[in-house]
Amino acid sequence: MSPEDRKFTQEHEWVMVDPAAAGTAIAGITEYAQDQLGDIVFFELPKVGDAVAHLGKMGEVESVKAVSDLFSPINGTVTEINEKLLDHPELVNEDPFGEGWLIKVAMTDAAELDGLMSSQDYDAFIAGL
Amino acid sequence: MQQGGNRQTEKLLLQRSVPGRVGVVLPGLDVPAQPMPANSLLRNELALPELSEPEVVQYFTGLSLKNFSIDTHFYPLGSCTMKYNPKINDEIAFQAGFAGIHPLQPVEQSQGALELLYKLQGFLGEITGLPAVSLATLAGAHGELGGMLMIRAQHLANGETGRLKVAIPDSAHGTNPASAAMAGFEVVELASDNDGNVDLGALRSVAGPDLAGVMITLPSTLGLFDTNILEVCRIVHEAGGLVYGDGANMNALLGRVKLGDLGFDVCHLNLHKTFSTPHGGGGPGAGPVCCTEQLAPYLAAPMVTQNGDSYDLFTPEKSIGKLSGFHGNFGVLVRAYTYIRTLGDAGIKSISGNAVLSANYMMNALRGVYHLPYDRTCMHEAVFSADFQKERGSSGLEIAKRLLDYGFHAPTMYFPLIVHEALMIEPTESETKETIDAFIQALIDIDREVTEDTELVNNAPHTTPVARLDEAKAARQPDLRWQPEAAD
Repeated sequence: MSPEDRKFTQEHEWVMVDPAAAGTAIAGITEYAQDQLGDIVFFELPKVGDAVAHLGKMGEVESVKAVSDLFSPINGTVTEINEKLLDHPELVNEDPFGEGWLIKVAMTDAAELDGLMSSQDYDAFIAGL
Repeated sequence: MQQGGNRQTEKLLLQRSVPGRVGVVLPGLDVPAQPMPANSLLRNELALPELSEPEVVQYFTGLSLKNFSIDTHFYPLGSCTMKYNPKINDEIAFQAGFAGIHPLQPVEQSQGALELLYKLQGFLGEITGLPAVSLATLAGAHGELGGMLMIRAQHLANGETGRLKVAIPDSAHGTNPASAAMAGFEVVELASDNDGNVDLGALRSVAGPDLAGVMITLPSTLGLFDTNILEVCRIVHEAGGLVYGDGANMNALLGRVKLGDLGFDVCHLNLHKTFSTPHGGGGPGAGPVCCTEQLAPYLAAPMVTQNGDSYDLFTPEKSIGKLSGFHGNFGVLVRAYTYIRTLGDAGIKSISGNAVLSANYMMNALRGVYHLPYDRTCMHEAVFSADFQKERGSSGLEIAKRLLDYGFHAPTMYFPLIVHEALMIEPTESETKETIDAFIQALIDIDREVTEDTELVNNAPHTTPVARLDEAKAARQPDLRWQPEAAD
């Protein structure tokens, strides 16, 4: 069961409004994504100040199985990246919905979140994969 | 099993060193002693081991016995075509005239070598139906880069500067998008349909004036013959694009299907795979590029031509230039030529027939035990999914590791990316039915072990020189160089 306090994309990213800063979103990859990837060994994340676009490529993740693209769940500008992942990519395997967040984004339009999948919708989506 | 004495190869030569021990006794000095060079010219910081000759021989022989190779084991590594490499290939390549020739030797002194290259160009042109052939590229991906540069050069020569996109199926080898990107193209991913073919709707949506071409692997990495292939070529050509063929899986088509007849414009061949030259340790390879007469002026240099009774090197008129130092990996080319000459027409055809038969025999024996996401008659390899086993606690990785305990090389795992828990198995044509049966039985036994003793499978391998390696740590904290242990 995916957490209900956030939204999801078909590319297995999650996004939620930062409880500490309205207008800012926190984004990461889902439990399903980390399970499919296997042990993660490297992240290439965007830089602070970079513009990211809904479902646009924003970086890469490398696991022992493969290198995969990361897609932004939302439009906006990167305000912070999770620096810890550069030395400890395994945080995403261990806690993808918490300590393993990827980036914070100043959202262009917070209403975009309404267009993304709810946790129930996402769980149904991955059940069908 | 613990080996006797100090033969454990885990102990490095330096760790076995005993001060004063020698491997060779030099005769006494029988000339006047000369003064030593100045200290600045002498090095004494090198830690060289002091050992006897038998110790050194035992050490290296012990290491060699740990080799896993086609000459010792069945090697069903999907997509890699680890077939037997006939020894006659090496015998011919070791002949002094081939092994000792220098690439800068004058053409007049190299006529035999050039004749071999010229005839090999002709054979490969005949096999692919793409008559113009350059042998200069050194690997599959190198051939891909050459082919993509040729496509770019032809579009530019035609003034078509807006053709910037190359479409590549989502099942492709990762080298395809990398090669297209290196040649300056933007890569567009093409979805596969439910049968594993290129999705024609997806292709039509990108077939426009900005399409430079497509890169197609036939059979695909799913081990399937794309039954839409004629339509794929037609759509791309009507849009003004060119069709590149990744020849990685040509073992399935040899002597039966010519890529040129299907509408491909340019392809590469992996001689080290399809034409049985040793590979698997990172090389050496050979990835010749074959193309239509239309694209021939763009081929990489040098090529070999025949003038009357003699042979000469030449650079095609609008060549993309040189992609390697000399004439390609000559030793590999000699082996591939030998292989073709040994087999002849009928033999070449029997390769693909037996490769496809082996794979289908294995696929049918394992159907139901392992999930087949694309359950169709396969070509030279079959892609299973370990989904059934994962539900019981063992993933594809675990099954692959357990196969090592049964004395088989693991199949390719987690590729192609569009198959969950992929196990990609290519038996090739060169193994007997008995070997393939033993491999099938091992996979059936492992499936039973997943149910009865999951831990046995998940902690495998148990019989190899080293047990389960920490792949994540190896990637996160690579330890690439031996260093002396810190002094106490």
